[in-house]
Amino acid sequence: MVKASELGILADPSKFTEPLELGGRPKDVLISLLEMMLVIRKVEECIADLILEKKVNCPCHLAIGQEAVAVGVSDNLTAEDKIFGGHRSHSHFLALGGSVSGLLAEVLGRSTGCSGGMGGSMHLFQPEKGFVGSAPIVGGTVPVAVGAGLACQKDGKGNIAVCYFGDGTVEEGMVQESFNFASRFKLPVLFVCENNFYSSHLDIHLRQPSDRISRFAEANHISSQIVDGNDVVKTALATRELVESIRGGNGPGFLEAVTYRWRGHVGPDENIDVGLRRKKEDLLAWKKRDPIRRLKDGMLQANMITNSDYCSVEDSVEQKINDSLEESLAAPFPEESFLLSAVYKSEKDLS
Amino acid sequence: MKMSYAQAIRSGFQYLLQKYPNVFVMGQGLWSPWYVGNSMNDLEVEFGKDRVMDTPVSEAACTGAGVGASLCGYRPIVVHPRMDFMVLAMDQIVNQAAKWSHMLGGESHPAVTVRGVINRGGEQGAQHSQALHAWFAHIPGLRVVMPATVKDARDLLISATLCDDPVVYIDDRWLYELEDDLPEIEEKKLSNQVPEILRSGKDVTLAGAGHSVQLCLEASQDLSEAGVECEVVDLRILNPLNVSPVVTSANKTGSLCVVDGGWETCGMAGEVIASVAEQMEPGSRNIRFKRITLANAPAPSSKVLEDIYYPTREKIVDAIRNWKN
Repeated sequence: MVKASELGILADPSKFTEPLELGGRPKDVLISLLEMMLVIRKVEECIADLILEKKVNCPCHLAIGQEAVAVGVSDNLTAEDKIFGGHRSHSHFLALGGSVSGLLAEVLGRSTGCSGGMGGSMHLFQPEKGFVGSAPIVGGTVPVAVGAGLACQKDGKGNIAVCYFGDGTVEEGMVQESFNFASRFKLPVLFVCENNFYSSHLDIHLRQPSDRISRFAEANHISSQIVDGNDVVKTALATRELVESIRGGNGPGFLEAVTYRWRGHVGPDENIDVGLRRKKEDLLAWKKRDPIRRLKDGMLQANMITNSDYCSVEDSVEQKINDSLEESLAAPFPEESFLLSAVYKSEKDLS
Repeated sequence: MKMSYAQAIRSGFQYLLQKYPNVFVMGQGLWSPWYVGNSMNDLEVEFGKDRVMDTPVSEAACTGAGVGASLCGYRPIVVHPRMDFMVLAMDQIVNQAAKWSHMLGGESHPAVTVRGVINRGGEQGAQHSQALHAWFAHIPGLRVVMPATVKDARDLLISATLCDDPVVYIDDRWLYELEDDLPEIEEKKLSNQVPEILRSGKDVTLAGAGHSVQLCLEASQDLSEAGVECEVVDLRILNPLNVSPVVTSANKTGSLCVVDGGWETCGMAGEVIASVAEQMEPGSRNIRFKRITLANAPAPSSKVLEDIYYPTREKIVDAIRNWKN
């Protein structure tokens, strides 16, 4: 039994497939948004291939199809902000300017990875870009991000904490605690829910009485916006409004970005019919709401770029990824001594 | 200056809040006079409600907020007025705080201190009486301290808070009235702290942590009058566990009894005995081992059953006397 969608047409993949409206954003900004989405897509496609080639063995949760969310959100962040992710966070990491070779080396388990080869895909770290960390326990980083928001509030410099999570995360008790906690202390935290309708294999309608996640923001008096998460321009704009308010000391904000992942919960395949209700035709329909193609078409229509401009961006992204991959494949695995020396800080200092 | 264990805890908080602007404290009941004994009285008056925060009833969010703030340059102390309540924050303590350093390549250090209060007796029953130190001692990445003395109540709180690793600090309400003279505060690195011999003796080694140490000291007095001289080792730090002084002592006395206010199975007492057994020098004499722990049951509410549930001075004395006879 499929319940009615409270999200309405945002949940209907036959809608929002046309070229993007560009919102008056300048050409150079739009090109950088486009390029960043391409970086994410192509890095993740590269990782999918590496899994099939058995060069990558750690569990990888790919966000292909969801690129616009991280890119639109990051458009409003600085390296002084404190950003946290979950199990599916390659896009969040890369959208902040996280190192491509750092990510590839990390999923390959190499010591040059962003987490020294100790983390793999689910534990990413690049604090100098604002990415404080990702961790895969569902909801686990939400309280941590709230604490980073508390630190930002105490610092008083206008920085904010950001926490990315999926629609399944609001089913966790500590996440509900975190919403209340952030609201009670008016903490500068942006909660970003990537609502892709699935938690692992299970459809949202089989998990919750409503598919509209931002109802939890309302319950906690947190201002919220719901956007088409496959529209990078609208996502960036909605984030901007929330972030301005958060930086202004008005307490937390909540962005619900409606999107869809093209691959399965984990690994490179599409998970057709693994999940209940995840049908081939749904996936094909959602692929028509492709965030990259829509921005490209919008820019072509506005005569901002030509097809050949697009191809040259694509080529340069691919070149960069190939170079990073080559470098990462040549890098060593972690030293055996790291098994024990990284457990405690002072122990590490002794080694 | 004479000070009680509870006052010593408060003086540790006071020292930290005065000296370090990046220290703050949060937890349930911190603005209440009765929640945590008199170990935090009026700290919010002295330092402000921004630095001594009473929080919603949200153990996981509050503990996680401590973890997150510690990743951003602060030294939060999260307080759980009953250790039982920490169970609701286990993800943040075990999956997050303990793991971030290792899983993120050794560069991320949640310098959070989580204080859990053991508060037993008084017919509080199964969910307000637990001593779960062995759980946290099991987890690599956490440091676990359990002050048994007035001095450690203050000094280990300071060392824990200034430590760059996540620390679980466990104090016991049954020790709050204990009094001692305290020297001036001297900051000490937690990783350099080792077990201490609180009483020397040649016949039996008694080892424990927290309140159990005081029971061992009391029992040692009784046993001394009966001609049995006990050496009492205060373990102080349960994670990482250093048993070397216990090995040395047990080598000397030939008898080791570990007293623990936790359960027996997979517990601290068994761990200490196993470590000592493994680390004995080859060819050393056979050591007799004994552990005195809680009965294998949840804490009863009934006063009658409470009286037989917990380790006592008398139980230790009887065990050692039977052993010696």
